Amino acid sequence: MGMVHNMLNWITANQQMIYIVILMIFVGIEVIGRVPSVLHTPLMSGANAIHGVVIIGAIIVMGKAENDNYLALTLGFLAVILGTLNVVGGFVVTDRMLEMFKKKK
Amino acid sequence: MELNILTVCYLLGAITFILGLKMLSNPATARRGNQIAATGMIVAILGTIFLYRDDDGNRLHNHGWIFGGILIGGVVGTLAAKKVKMTAMPEMVSMFNGMGGACAALISIVEFNRLIKHPSWTIYPPLSSLGPSAFEIHLPNGELLIILLGLMIGSISFAGSMIAWGKLNGTIKDFAFKGQHILNLFFLLLMFAGIAFLMTNIQRGFFLDIASTSIAAEVWVKLIFYGVLTFALLYGILFVMPIGGADMPVVISLLNSFTGVAAACGGFLYNNKVMLTGGILVGAAGTLLTILMCKAMNRSLANVLIGSFGGGAAAAAGKQQGGYKEIHISDAAVAMAYANKVMIVPGYGLAVAQAQHACHDLEKLLNERGVEVKYAIHPVAGRMPGHMNVLLAEADVSYEKLEEMDEANEEFPSTDVVLVLGANDVVNPAAKTDTSSPIYGMPILDVELAKTIIVNKRSMKPGYAGIENELFFRKKTSMLFGDAKKVLQDLIAEIKQL
Repeated sequence: MGMVHNMLNWITANQQMIYIVILMIFVGIEVIGRVPSVLHTPLMSGANAIHGVVIIGAIIVMGKAENDNYLALTLGFLAVILGTLNVVGGFVVTDRMLEMFKKKK
Repeated sequence: MELNILTVCYLLGAITFILGLKMLSNPATARRGNQIAATGMIVAILGTIFLYRDDDGNRLHNHGWIFGGILIGGVVGTLAAKKVKMTAMPEMVSMFNGMGGACAALISIVEFNRLIKHPSWTIYPPLSSLGPSAFEIHLPNGELLIILLGLMIGSISFAGSMIAWGKLNGTIKDFAFKGQHILNLFFLLLMFAGIAFLMTNIQRGFFLDIASTSIAAEVWVKLIFYGVLTFALLYGILFVMPIGGADMPVVISLLNSFTGVAAACGGFLYNNKVMLTGGILVGAAGTLLTILMCKAMNRSLANVLIGSFGGGAAAAAGKQQGGYKEIHISDAAVAMAYANKVMIVPGYGLAVAQAQHACHDLEKLLNERGVEVKYAIHPVAGRMPGHMNVLLAEADVSYEKLEEMDEANEEFPSTDVVLVLGANDVVNPAAKTDTSSPIYGMPILDVELAKTIIVNKRSMKPGYAGIENELFFRKKTSMLFGDAKKVLQDLIAEIKQL
């Protein structure tokens, strides 16, 4: 009972977020639904770069880490590096792919 | 004021992600879409670094570390992305995807350790003195669940992506054993059991019953938490291990959407709407893309998830075939030079040989001679959906010449010569006729409808799915062995002499 109660409270407290989740699911499907298969690889790669937004979490972890909390400092630092790899690598690779899609005149 | 600016930064970020994805879906705007999304990402990241405040109003610190990490990741990421060859693009995407998954998992680990240290998470005072309600009010259950989900999904995505990366670049071989499905399910069950255990026990303070001191309780909780992490990593490894060949695009796409969901967990955790938007967008879009690809191969997602493709494939390879016939390069050149219509079916072999430019040269040469040349692109040709399109685009092949599977199949009957360049499974008639074949039911390019089929391969070795291809033994088919680039260059030289 307590757990159900807790979860319900949590849903109410996070209702905005839950609305975003539901709406974004539909937006994501709508946006992708019209993609020609020609663009599947660049699209996957671009989407890959966008989920690199997880780096914001890594920055928050790192930025909140107390000076003596070595676990948070180490893992946070690593997370920032990995997240940046995802973002930068993802966008650059996608750009490289799309650069080749120049229309032939 | 600052927080309001941060809100605007995040709003901009979220809008650019949606806009970017939308623009990525149109060839004319795709590149700009990617750049717009990247700009939004930079705004969101800089906003976070300088303007973010936690619930108590504290700013972030450790800026040196943050910028150091970004610098290292940025330099390595840019170099890796710039240096990678077109053939290695799929594994690069898989690698970057794994980095994102690992990032999400690391965030969960740090936040979990913070959570159990938090004063409101008290497991040691006797239940009687506080009463159960005291726990229920303070214990952040939703938060715990999100942390655990982020850990699980991020770790699976990381481990799976690394295996996919290793398999695509050839360092890891297909590996399957009996009972692997059961073991996979077992790990999955263990993960959920661990999560359920942590959820219920931290909630109710059950640890008082099994552990007399707080330290023992904390050790237990940590043990189970890292147990979930271990099982998630093992599951990620085992679930990609046996999957081979034609399924790899599906796996990368699926792992991509996993990482999206893991990023969204972070969004929930920090009440951060840009992370949530980006994560869920990718999660939803990636899942749809995955399902579309599964459909193209006539397999269910569940089958892929629990699945093994490579395992069953070897068994079906048995049947001995009759002889095949080889064609000389000059005969092939004549056949193509005097044809009305030539269709080229590119596959992974073209990518490996880096033969896209030679291929385009051949196309131009034939065009000059009045031969109509088109490309038939199977949705899962190569190692990623659209792999061939990217490759041919690199060589400046124009869009109008690329035909998707359905269009191409309508054109084969009026085609004189089909030139199969390093493609195998996507033209295997066993997909239509042999119910025991692992690729049975996958739609294929009906190259057999054409008058002549010339197949370029390096050898008679089976394709990535590990199965024989009857096509090579059919009467209309001739084999042209050799590296795709070399063969194309020879063809060009021969045709020029005609």
